[in-house]
Parts: sequence; C-alpha cells; structure tokens
Amino acid sequence: MKMDIAFGQYCHGDSLLHRLDPRVKIVTAILFIVEIFLAKSAASFALIVTATVFLIALSGISPRIILRGIRPIVFVILFTAVINIFFVRGAKPLVEFWFIKIYPEGLINAAFIAIRIIVLIISTSLFLTYTTTPIALTDGLEQLLSPLSKIKLPVHEFSMMMTIALRFIPTLIEETEKIMNAQKARGADFSNGGLIRRARALIPIMIPLFVSAFRRADELATAMECRCYTGGKGRTRLNVLKAGPSDLVFALCVVALGAAVVLLNVYVPFFRVGVY
Amino acid sequence: MAIVELRGINFIYNKGTPYETHALKNVDLSVNEGQITGLIGPTGSGKSTLVQLINGILKPTDGEVILDGVNIWDQPKKIREARFKAGVVMQYPEYQLFADTVRDDIAFGPKNMGLGEDEISERVNKAAAFAGLDPSVMSRSPFDLSGGQKRRAALAGVIAMEPKVLILDEPAAGLDPGGRKEVLGGLKKYQRSVGSSIIIVSHSMEDMANYCDRIIVMTDGKIAMTGVPSEIFARYNDLIGLGLDVPRITRVAASLSRRGVDLGEVYTVGYAVEKLSELL
Amino acid sequence: MDERYEIIAEDVSFTYPGDETNPPVNALRGVTLRVPKGSYTAILGRNGSGKSTLARILCMLETPEKGELYIDGKLMTGDKVTEADILDARKRVGMVFQNPDNQIVATIVEEDVAFGCENLGVPSGEIRKRVDDALETVGMTKYARHSPHKLSGGQKQRVAIAGVIAMKRECIIFDESTAMLDPMGRREVLDTIDKLNKEDGVTVILITHYMDEATRADHVVVMNDGQILKEGTPSEVFSDPETLWSASLDVPQTTELLYGLKKKGLDVPLDVFDPERCAAVIAGAISSRGGVKNGDR
Repeated sequence: MKMDIAFGQYCHGDSLLHRLDPRVKIVTAILFIVEIFLAKSAASFALIVTATVFLIALSGISPRIILRGIRPIVFVILFTAVINIFFVRGAKPLVEFWFIKIYPEGLINAAFIAIRIIVLIISTSLFLTYTTTPIALTDGLEQLLSPLSKIKLPVHEFSMMMTIALRFIPTLIEETEKIMNAQKARGADFSNGGLIRRARALIPIMIPLFVSAFRRADELATAMECRCYTGGKGRTRLNVLKAGPSDLVFALCVVALGAAVVLLNVYVPFFRVGVY
Repeated sequence: MAIVELRGINFIYNKGTPYETHALKNVDLSVNEGQITGLIGPTGSGKSTLVQLINGILKPTDGEVILDGVNIWDQPKKIREARFKAGVVMQYPEYQLFADTVRDDIAFGPKNMGLGEDEISERVNKAAAFAGLDPSVMSRSPFDLSGGQKRRAALAGVIAMEPKVLILDEPAAGLDPGGRKEVLGGLKKYQRSVGSSIIIVSHSMEDMANYCDRIIVMTDGKIAMTGVPSEIFARYNDLIGLGLDVPRITRVAASLSRRGVDLGEVYTVGYAVEKLSELL
Repeated sequence: MDERYEIIAEDVSFTYPGDETNPPVNALRGVTLRVPKGSYTAILGRNGSGKSTLARILCMLETPEKGELYIDGKLMTGDKVTEADILDARKRVGMVFQNPDNQIVATIVEEDVAFGCENLGVPSGEIRKRVDDALETVGMTKYARHSPHKLSGGQKQRVAIAGVIAMKRECIIFDESTAMLDPMGRREVLDTIDKLNKEDGVTVILITHYMDEATRADHVVVMNDGQILKEGTPSEVFSDPETLWSASLDVPQTTELLYGLKKKGLDVPLDVFDPERCAAVIAGAISSRGGVKNGDR
C-alpha cells in the first residue's frame, strides 16, 4: 500500500530551518500567514514570493518534493482563480463575450489569489511539516500552550495523546491491511456491489480493528503505568527546547518582512487590490 | 501431482519507488497434493509474500501461479475462486474474528462462497470438530473465548471453506507446548481424514521435523532447498550456514557421529531413541 | 523482611471476578516465591497456569486478595501502603511485556527510552547519559534516532528493555517477552537478558513457556493450575520430565532423549542440555557398556 503523502510529510535534513526551535517555527509560521494576507500590491506580493523562494533554498528541500506537495490542490487553485476571473467586476471590461465579462481586476485578483494559496501551502509545510518532526511539533505546541494549564486546560494530556496517536498510526495502518487480507482470504469482497453492500463489507474489518485498538490501548496504559507515568506533573524531558541566537535572528527577519509588506502596500501601490 | 505450481515468479514491492524491494526472485516451486509441506526461512526471506501469491492476494510481477491446474490470473475477475481453493490462515488469526457468535464467524467464508444454508451449517459443524472446538462454544461470542479457543475458531473459519490446499502462517505461534501439539496434531489428523494438502509456514525446525512430509527452505527471496525431512536435515551444515536453527536432537546426532556413533539422519527424538537402543 | 531478597511473595492468592458468561477464575492459589537479589529465575507454565497473574502481582499491577508481597524487604500489601510506596517500589521493579508494539510510547527510539526517566523527573543531562548508556547496553545505539515502527520484533523488545534499564531498575520481569519473536529475535533478547544479569547484576524474572529458555536460569519455578508444581535448579526440574509432561509442558530435546535411553536401561544423567555434552555422555555410556555393536558382528 503506497499513499501519496508528500503533503504533510517530514523530510529529513539538517538545514537552519530544520534546526530552529519548533516554538519559534510555530509562531513565525502564524506570523508569515498573516503577512501573506496583508500583502495587497504587486510589490508586496513579489516580496512574499521572494521570501518563500528564500525559505525553500534555506530548507535544502528539493523543489520537486515541494511541487509534489502542491499537486493535490491544483484543482482548488484553478477553481478559485476561474471564479475570480469571471465574477470580479471592475470599471472597464477587457473582454466581453455573450454574458461573460472579464475585467483586468479579475485577472489580477485571480493571479494574486493563486499565488496566495500556493505560497500559503508551501510556507506552512516548510515551517511545520517538512522541517519539523511531528514529535517536535507536539513538544513545541505543548510548551507554547503550557500557560493554559494554569487555567486547568489539559495541555500535557493533549500533547501525550497526540504523541501516542502519531506513534500508533503506522501500526494501525499495517494492522488494517493485515485484517483486510485475512478477510479477503475468506472471500470477503470489498470492491463490488452498491454503497450499502460495500459499507456492510467493512464490518469484518472495523470490528477486529476496534477490538485490537482497545487491546493495544489497554496494554499501553499498563506499560506506561509500569514505567512510572503519573501524568505531566514533575516530568522532565530528554530534549529541552532551547531558543538560540539564530532563532532570534530568524524571528526578527520574519517581523521585518511584515513591516516591509505593509510599507510596500502603502508606498508602492501598483495593482493594488481592494476586493480581498 | 502438484496442487500448487509456481513458475518463474518474481515479486517486487513498491516498484519504481525508492522503497522498491525484490521479495521473490525467479521462484519455481511445486507443492505435492495430499501432503503436509513445510515452508521455512528467516524473517524477510519471502515466505509471507509467497503465501499471499498462492491465494491471489498479491499478483506476481511476473511468472505464473497454477493452482489445481488453473492459472489463477487467467481470469482476474474470478480471483476469489483462488481464495476458496487455497485457504490461508494468517499469523495470529484470532485477530480477524468479528461476528456475534463463533458459529457466524466460521460461516463467514462459506457464506461468501454463496453456499446454501444447509450446506453452510453442515460445513461449520464439521470444521469446528476438526479444529477441536467444543459444540458448547458455538453460540458464544468469539471475544469471550480463551486464546487457544480463539485460534481454533479462526482455523475452523478457513477449514469450513474446504479448500483444496490449506496454508497456515505460524499456526502455533504464541501457544504453549500443549497447545502447539494440539493444533499441529489436529492439522495432521485433518489432513489424513480429508486428504487435502497443507502448507505450514514456520520458524520451528522441530515442528517441521515432527509434522511435515516435505520441507521447502527459503532464504533471501529464493528457494534454497527442497526435499523430504531426512534430505533436508542431512544438509545440517548448510542449514546452519543459512542462519537457520536445526533441532537440538539433530545437533546431538551430528556430534555423536563425530564420536563414532553414526545414527544416520536423525530429526526426531523418538527416532533417535529407537536407533540408539538398536545399538545397545 | 529479609533484604537479601529482591521480591518475596508469601502465600499469594488471586481470583479474577467472573461475569455473566465466564465463571470466576482462581488464578493463583497460595503461591510462595523468594527471588534473591542478582538471581535469574525462570517461571514456566502453560497458558492459564497463573504465571502471568503472578508477574502482574510482582509488578503491583494487581493486588493479591490474600498473602503478602515484599519488595526489597518492604511490605507492599495491606491498607497502610500508599500510592507513593507503590511508585517507589516500581522504581526498583520493571517489566517488559509480550507485545513489543504495545509498550513503545514515542515515535523516536531514544525518546521512548527516555520516557521512564522523564516520568521520574531525572534532569535532562542525566537522562541523555542514561539513554545513551542503555542503548549501548542493548546494542541499539545505531538506531537511536530511528522510528520504532520500522524495527524488527527483537529490536523493538531491546528498545523496551533499554527503557527499563535507563530507569536503573534493580529487577526486571519479562512477561513472555520472547513469545512473539522469531528465533533470531529470541536469541537477541535472551542474550541481552543474560548480559544484564551476569554483567550488571540485574535481578531477572523470566516468564516463558519455552523450555530451552528456562535452562539459562539459575532457578526454575514450574506453575500449574495456580500453584507451584515444582521448583529448583534447571537440572533438578528437568530431571523429572514426567511431572512437566503432566503440566502439558515440554522438556528440552536432550532431556527427552536421555530419558528415553535411561528407560531402555542406559545409565545416563538427565540434566545435560548442551547437545555437544549430551552426545559425549551418550557415547561414554555406550562405550562403557562394551562399545557399539557393529552391524556385522
């Protein structure tokens, strides 16, 4: 079984981007998203695109992998672009054909939206999934949210659940495949018949899978108890997250980028869009 | 006569990706009808792939799978027929139980074959008896049974399809010595009375020696040896060279022959005792 | 109680409560077990003999309904025992389970090995050192940054063992930890266990139904039907194949052979497990009876 999971997959590496503190990456990723939406003129868009290209270079991840990540959403991009081309109204139509009127504003809008979506996908996967292991992400999130545990939100528990889920997803996928093969060997047919019949055909897979997942959960809980797990209180960590000078510099750069975007919007307003 | 024949089989997982693995390399093999054949080899030698090729869960990258005289991929639409002819019991089969009662679970295979009610219930009872299941458990939930009983229920679920060849992947894994003997002995009894063919995949040379008529040794995606047990164990040093265990008793016999007490090919304790007492 | 013993179980009983379909099960009926510090004990028994229940009690996962449990001389049963006492005792006694998949918590090997130390609140620098040492001991240093999912069964069990030794436990209970492994994985795990016991002085309790594994121990306990059927050194226990057979257990093939020969009148001991030495014993016994009869004599 081979699933196309290029989007949302960690790519092993040792670049500056890989080595950044996950907390810094989460915060700057959010900041970067805000900046993408702040960009409103050709100049500021150009700056964002340049910054993204720079990030790709910094991550050392092959552009092929990055393009593969966009493939699944090409349709979404095209669809929104087309909608913009046909439905955005401006002062003077560029082309008029039957009831269809295409305005230059529509074309500009379509281009900006397409760029915005592409940059959004690339940058968030660069910051978060491609260069950060799921476990580091969970750790980063736990520490960022830890102040919330003061108001009794179960931050540690949530992060432990995430870790365990990440740990068991591949195991359960493998198990599903095994059970499927076992039932196929008994003549189960998953590919024929109508919707209801197909749904019914899943029962012999789902029940054993659930039973086994509960058994695993039970055994794991016992094993954790034996390893003196008593919740988040008093726990230390093997790898303590430490933000260094490079993290600070990186964060400042992203902040500066935001300032630049705003300034460009105001002072170099070519093709400024007002709709979005 | 051969019940299963593999001709020039190659199997490659994830072809064309960086994860490509050549699991089976030019395998030619025939499994005799009416015998218990043992398939042995280290983990990753391609045994499980081979099993899934025989019942058409996997399709060979190239080569032919002939089951009961028919190339199973001649008519890909009818691949389910191959699964009814070659019944596979996977490793730890108790994890596939799902129905409300043991009876319904065993009936799952026969139902998929489209048999009539009467025939199904007859087959279920027969299969349960072969697997050594007590009639009193038939209307209980399979999840309430003990580990050993679950294993038998799962076994019965495949036997009830009355396959021409029954293939079992580590049928005794995780069972204690008593359970091992019951399951393996039960299979031998089943084979004798029905006359069907059985392929047992196992790591245990000792079980192979005790229960199989013929043994196939696989390593690294290839067939390394085939023969009756005495032929296989005669190549004692080759087996060890392949990284396989040999029964402890065979090691004793080899050591004895170095000390001038030659017993011939010994692979069961009973036979060794018999041979040695002849010498006394 | 006596502090030469890591664990003492005195006359322990345990019953699993039944439900509407299953009657209650008397899993343990008055078991007494003394495990000296630094020893290697094997507990043998068929499925359902009570050996795993005993393991769960020794690990304080179940409370015996009758009898006492002492860990390092401290009483662990009764009303006065607090959660903190149990946690303290758990710092001494660790457990490695049967299914390698269901005891690994983290997505990276070294993170998992660290899990127990993290729970104990060990400082980060110290955890790093312990994790590195533990991985070294089980021979898994190379895999420190790997995902446990892709390891073999034997390797996963070694990771689990590393997780236990990183917590500096005095005693490790292996609850059928080799049952789901192939011969190679079993060997890896058993060799690791031997090393822990012989080199690091860890007290080992090995629960198994493989006879040849039990021959590695210094003390063998055979359980049947919730009680101890027989105990002693491997030699003492395996010299009595009939008792073991009655508990539907096996004996090593060498013992079975020697037993068969003894019944035919050959004077041989039963407790020789090594094939080489077994052959020597048989050859010796045959020659002392006047040599091998030649076929043509």
